[in-house]
Amino acid sequence: MASIRFRLLVICMMFGFGGVLPLRAAPKLKVGLVLDKGGKDDKSFNTAAFVGMEKAGKDLSVETKYVESTDDNAFEPLLRSFAKKDYDLIVAIGFSQAEAIRKIAAQFPQKKFAIVDAEVKLPNVRSLMFEEHQGSYLAGALAALKSKNGKVGFIGGMDIPLIRRFLLGYEAGAKAITPNIKIVTNFVGITGDAWNNPPKAKELALAQYQAGTDVIYLAAGASNMGAFDAAEEKKALAIGCDSNQNRIKPGFVLTSMVKRVDVAVYQTIKDTTENKFTAGTVRFGLQNDGVDLAYDDNNAKLVDPKQKAKIAQLKKDIIDGKIKVPDYYETKR
Amino acid sequence: MKAKLLAFRRSLTALIIGFLASAVLILCVGESPRHILQIFLNGAGGSAYDFGLTLYYAVPLVLTGLAVSIGLKTRLFNIGVEGQLTVGALAAALAGIVGPDSAPWNRLLGFGAALLAGGLWGALLGYLRARRRAHEVVAGIMLNFIAYGLTSWIALNFFKNPESQNPETMSIPTGARIPSFTFFQSAPVSWVLIIAPFAALCVWAYYRWTRAGFAMEAVGSNPEAARYAGISIATQQFWALTLGGMLSGLVGFIEVYGNTGKFVVGFSPGYGFMGVAVALVGRLNPLGILGAALLFAGLHKGSLDLDFETEWLTRDFAQILQAILILFMSCSNLIPASWQLRIEVLKRRLHGNRD
Repeated sequence: MASIRFRLLVICMMFGFGGVLPLRAAPKLKVGLVLDKGGKDDKSFNTAAFVGMEKAGKDLSVETKYVESTDDNAFEPLLRSFAKKDYDLIVAIGFSQAEAIRKIAAQFPQKKFAIVDAEVKLPNVRSLMFEEHQGSYLAGALAALKSKNGKVGFIGGMDIPLIRRFLLGYEAGAKAITPNIKIVTNFVGITGDAWNNPPKAKELALAQYQAGTDVIYLAAGASNMGAFDAAEEKKALAIGCDSNQNRIKPGFVLTSMVKRVDVAVYQTIKDTTENKFTAGTVRFGLQNDGVDLAYDDNNAKLVDPKQKAKIAQLKKDIIDGKIKVPDYYETKR
Repeated sequence: MKAKLLAFRRSLTALIIGFLASAVLILCVGESPRHILQIFLNGAGGSAYDFGLTLYYAVPLVLTGLAVSIGLKTRLFNIGVEGQLTVGALAAALAGIVGPDSAPWNRLLGFGAALLAGGLWGALLGYLRARRRAHEVVAGIMLNFIAYGLTSWIALNFFKNPESQNPETMSIPTGARIPSFTFFQSAPVSWVLIIAPFAALCVWAYYRWTRAGFAMEAVGSNPEAARYAGISIATQQFWALTLGGMLSGLVGFIEVYGNTGKFVVGFSPGYGFMGVAVALVGRLNPLGILGAALLFAGLHKGSLDLDFETEWLTRDFAQILQAILILFMSCSNLIPASWQLRIEVLKRRLHGNRD
């Protein structure tokens, strides 16, 4: 009896796997995704990209494939492998791939490419840029509204212009609410490992909480996890980043500054299926929900309606141009 | 000669057994070994570009493999190779940035700087080991950390590339970079890769024909006898680690001048540690190391394609395959020298038990 059951199981499995294989003859759009070193399970930046692609795979009947890179040397061969095969659109996640994209896209002018977080000016490359400073401004404002000690914190991943851009917006937002607020800033590191160092982020967060900080904004990729642990330990608040991280430690994550990489990736794939792919830079800001603060059941008790209304007002003012959020890319270059 | 032949035969047998064991594992996860082999062969040498990348990965492995093997010759486990090549790469990049614009001089300066910096870092380890009796593994690992932190600090605080968010230095003059052959399409293969076989030849000649090389081998094969013959063990150990450092430093030169044109923090995907495997699989023989480096480079390159070509195998699986090969190769001494003799012995033992 057991053997029949086993055979049934095997048959089921074969069908299961069979579903994964391309059986239909209709030519589908093929999309390749090259993730950054954080990997698809960083619950932050790369996860968002992966989610966007998965959604496109389901909704738009496109064929998708993702690969993770373990080191900087691998970006180029990975992108090239996609381009050499019959992939139509190749999406690269993260600024580290800018140079590789520049090289490969020039070699394969008939293929379409997209890159998140970096501008590559080629006729077959779409650059997906986010207005992180706008979202960070709102995060700063909410942090200041919640802070009792008049002291808020910031922990960045790698010390690079992109993260400085987060910081500058955050500072502006916090100061807009409480002009004399104190902002404590730390970076996890200066190399790529900084995105993947939760223990160090935890130490930094603990030190900041000890010093009287009550809200910390985290922009450190997978290192965020360590800082969330610290928030739980100290019964304090943290703000997540990139993906919606509210549910990681419910009650201790005030909100998340979501960067809708998933929307950007999905939109790019959708445009390509509809033959509307355009090269050039596409910006995702507050006005098109590219960046925003995340509200859900997990943080419903943390943000009261008055605070929510204030944030909504600020958001509207930024979209209308009444508030000009300082942009590190413009001011510090 | 006979002993070498036996070693070669054992390695080959171990390799074949390793491949068979991998095949069994592949069957267990529901893939066909033939398909996987095809992916690896295609990935490692399917086109000029693929083969170029394999060559490009093989060269650092040859150098680090040689560096580790020289250490092992004097019974030292040189785990500091990773730090030495990092220091070498930074030195090459800095020399290139501040060096003269004339390409030949710039290259020469970069070459010298990488050799010297790697050698100094190796010499530091050698000094700690030979004169201060520090354990070379502990000291080596610590020096790796120091090298990593120091190079990142220098690169990012004084020579940072202002145009990029990547942690990297400015570029060396474009003219000084060594152009790749067009035959390999865009794979970074240039004449600089000649360094690897040349280095292997030098190391071989060093053991074979020089007194110093003989002394080093003597220390490794029997330290007591070597000391009795008037060879200073400490001196030989110092030079073994210094030479290893110089070879590792050259990896940095190749990376900077032959590929990226700058020092990128964390550029090495663990060449130094793979070098240990290469040295062991190559049985410390320069020729064997060349072969082993090619094998590992092929596996490394092929593993990138494993992700592409299969539905659910990832490159982690390629690491498992590598580990299996290393495991079998490193216990190849268990393979009997003569199967007939072994069977005779077993038979006799069996009969003995019955009697």
